[in-house]
Amino acid sequence: MQKAFYLFKKDWESELRTRYAINALAMFILVTISVILFSIGQETISEYLTGGLLWVVIFFSAMSGLARAFVSEEERGTTMTLHLIASPTTVFSGKLIFNLILVFLMNIVISFLFSLLFETFVIKNILLFITAFIFGNIGIGVASTIISAIISKANTKGTLYPVLSFPILLPLILILLELTKYSMDGNTISSSFVEIAVLICYDVIMGTASYLLFDFIWKE
Amino acid sequence: MSNYSLSLDSLTKVFGRRLIFDKLTYEFKPGTVYGISGPNGSGKSTLSKIIAGIITPTHGKVVHKLGDEVIKVEHLHNHIGFVSPYLLLYDEFTALENLNHFAHIRGVEFDAERCDALLNRFDIYNRRKDYVKTYSSGMKQRLKFVFAFMHRPNLLILDEPTSNLDNQGKDAVYQIIKDELKDNIIIIASNEDADLARCSEVIYLENFKIKNGK
Repeated sequence: MQKAFYLFKKDWESELRTRYAINALAMFILVTISVILFSIGQETISEYLTGGLLWVVIFFSAMSGLARAFVSEEERGTTMTLHLIASPTTVFSGKLIFNLILVFLMNIVISFLFSLLFETFVIKNILLFITAFIFGNIGIGVASTIISAIISKANTKGTLYPVLSFPILLPLILILLELTKYSMDGNTISSSFVEIAVLICYDVIMGTASYLLFDFIWKE
Repeated sequence: MSNYSLSLDSLTKVFGRRLIFDKLTYEFKPGTVYGISGPNGSGKSTLSKIIAGIITPTHGKVVHKLGDEVIKVEHLHNHIGFVSPYLLLYDEFTALENLNHFAHIRGVEFDAERCDALLNRFDIYNRRKDYVKTYSSGMKQRLKFVFAFMHRPNLLILDEPTSNLDNQGKDAVYQIIKDELKDNIIIIASNEDADLARCSEVIYLENFKIKNGK
């Protein structure tokens, strides 16, 4: 785990210097929210719609930034270097930590902007929303990392990422939409237990499958 | 004594429909410098990468042993040093930062003394705090040798080791091969006569097989 942390540290320092993902994410969030604000104009949109829009923005922001984890290594030609200094488990864990930190930061900013700019984005059960938010972000982080590893070997990286992400992230986004709606209605955590359980199951299955698959993806 | 041994067991590699080599079997002895030579496309680099564990063979296996114990794949990188024209270090870091990160990710202490000595040996010590992106191709090649030797590996795989190097750089490479050999295994994949002259045995790859070498 310590080796994975050092790999994350290397990636984080590299990111602060190159701004591969941060700039792409910041610009994407800014542009998407601006487009939504311009398109609704003076209209008031429903609570549920803002909840849906929140996850749409999160989904597409993840598409634009999180793919960088492995793609940047492939583009810079440093994949072989990673092969020579770390085991596949260390590489995946390091990249996963990096993507999780990035997805949490990104989604905190998006949620904050939504609560600031959309009057109808009112969460009545904060605890339920935070629970969905945490497990949802873990799911997005894990899924994005393994998809990033798969597409980094392909020639058409840009188009392949959203295409491959859609079926993998769709069940997660559907559950998150449901839980966001419940938290806007003020439902209790116990009444949303099934959805939370499905969310946790998704994270566990995706995490386990990713670790098992990564060895085969990583080696040519 | 490191007691490191390496063997290729019926190694076959196919890329798509193209056979690169077929059923290669070979035993590498410790304390020996081996050369891998052959025409372009004969699989020198592919064989080097398979031995280093970077790519997997289609059939057969590479067995790395320390004493009688087979080294697990997940620990292999700590025993191998690799230099190749395809190997790139991180441009956005300085040479020292690169080496520091590599040591920590490998899970070993950063041996500053060893790294300073190697940087000095390859004559890039004064540029150790400069970003790698400001290095010339020859200096990057020299830094790759520091990267390959910094953790005292048992197996050194040098793929076209003297490419991009001037005469002084080549001398430094030949000298370090001599000094660091001890009971380690060094494999040089090259077609340069000067490189192959340093080898005790040369594996010549042709028509998918090993031909007799020196």
